[in-house]
Amino acid sequence: MAVPKDRGIVLSPAQQRSRRARNVAIGLIIGLLVMIVYALTIAKLGSHVGDRAL
Amino acid sequence: MTMLTEPAGRSDGALAGSLALPGDYWELLKPRVMSLVVFTALAGLVVAPGHVHPVVALVSLLATAVGAGASGALNMAYEADVDALMKRTSGRPIPTGRVTSGEAYAFGGVLSVVSVMMIGIAANWLSAALLAFTIVFYALIYTVWLKRATPQNIVIGGAAGALPPMIGYAIVTNSVTLDSFILFAIIFVWTPPHFWALALLKSEDYAKAGIPMMPIAKGTARTRLEILLYTIVLVPLAMMPWVTGLAGAVYGAVALVSGAVMMWLAWRCYSVRVGPEADKAARNLFAFSILYLFLLFAVLLAERGLALAAHLGL
Repeated sequence: MAVPKDRGIVLSPAQQRSRRARNVAIGLIIGLLVMIVYALTIAKLGSHVGDRAL
Repeated sequence: MTMLTEPAGRSDGALAGSLALPGDYWELLKPRVMSLVVFTALAGLVVAPGHVHPVVALVSLLATAVGAGASGALNMAYEADVDALMKRTSGRPIPTGRVTSGEAYAFGGVLSVVSVMMIGIAANWLSAALLAFTIVFYALIYTVWLKRATPQNIVIGGAAGALPPMIGYAIVTNSVTLDSFILFAIIFVWTPPHFWALALLKSEDYAKAGIPMMPIAKGTARTRLEILLYTIVLVPLAMMPWVTGLAGAVYGAVALVSGAVMMWLAWRCYSVRVGPEADKAARNLFAFSILYLFLLFAVLLAERGLALAAHLGL
């Protein structure tokens, strides 16, 4: 006799929508953070980053 | 199989089943307070001598705003029980069950660390220390200790709200000077008349929540007197940026005229003590106090903006 598989926690449609919205927000914030760190690095390095003794 | 139910009133912090939307987390940051923080920090940044790379300025201001928001989230996490009792705050995300206290603590804690690190890396570690102090002062000293312990809560706690222009100034100069201290002092001394005018109108709400605001702990007569005394100190203090040369003649004129109005309204609040007229006097003072602070910092900003435009030949 087959044992029914435990599907674990099943979210309601409203909970799924909320989680998706939170995930999108987190994704956007991480993307923004990456852009901030990149822009900050460029701004801090300045235009003479290549002028160094090798 | 388990179908998760609505999260209202849940205490397990089960994020998977939460109905919280990004907007609820945004609300935890107290966006209106954040906008005031950005505005005053920007004023401090702009009036400071020297210059800073625009990207550094932008990132530092963003970090300041996030730090202020984080302290707001920590405040809401701790205050959830009191917020549920007051009409003004009962619709916040935690009392309504959309976000749990644990989630708000985690959210506020992570953002606190990120914001302090970010401003430290972007600008300097003095402004990071000032931001960290602001967060700790608001979330711990004011929220956990002072608010429920003494009618002087908002006087001492006002330091947290007064620090942003000092942070803005430190972003550029990596220092704390008399000028940045004056900007701090203006907001610090402005806070009691502003909040006590509101407390006179909302004293029932505060009494229900057991918060010892001045009108409840010491009576309305004492509150009205202290509002007047603080305003007598505030108005000449607000002229100081003009006296020290931090601001120009336009600022001096605006501070003088708006200070006179502030004095008049504080006097009305002190002298009219009964009936609907008394409420009206407190309401007028509360409303104008917001405009007063906004005007002072807006003129500071505008004066420097125009000077910069002239310097660039625009």
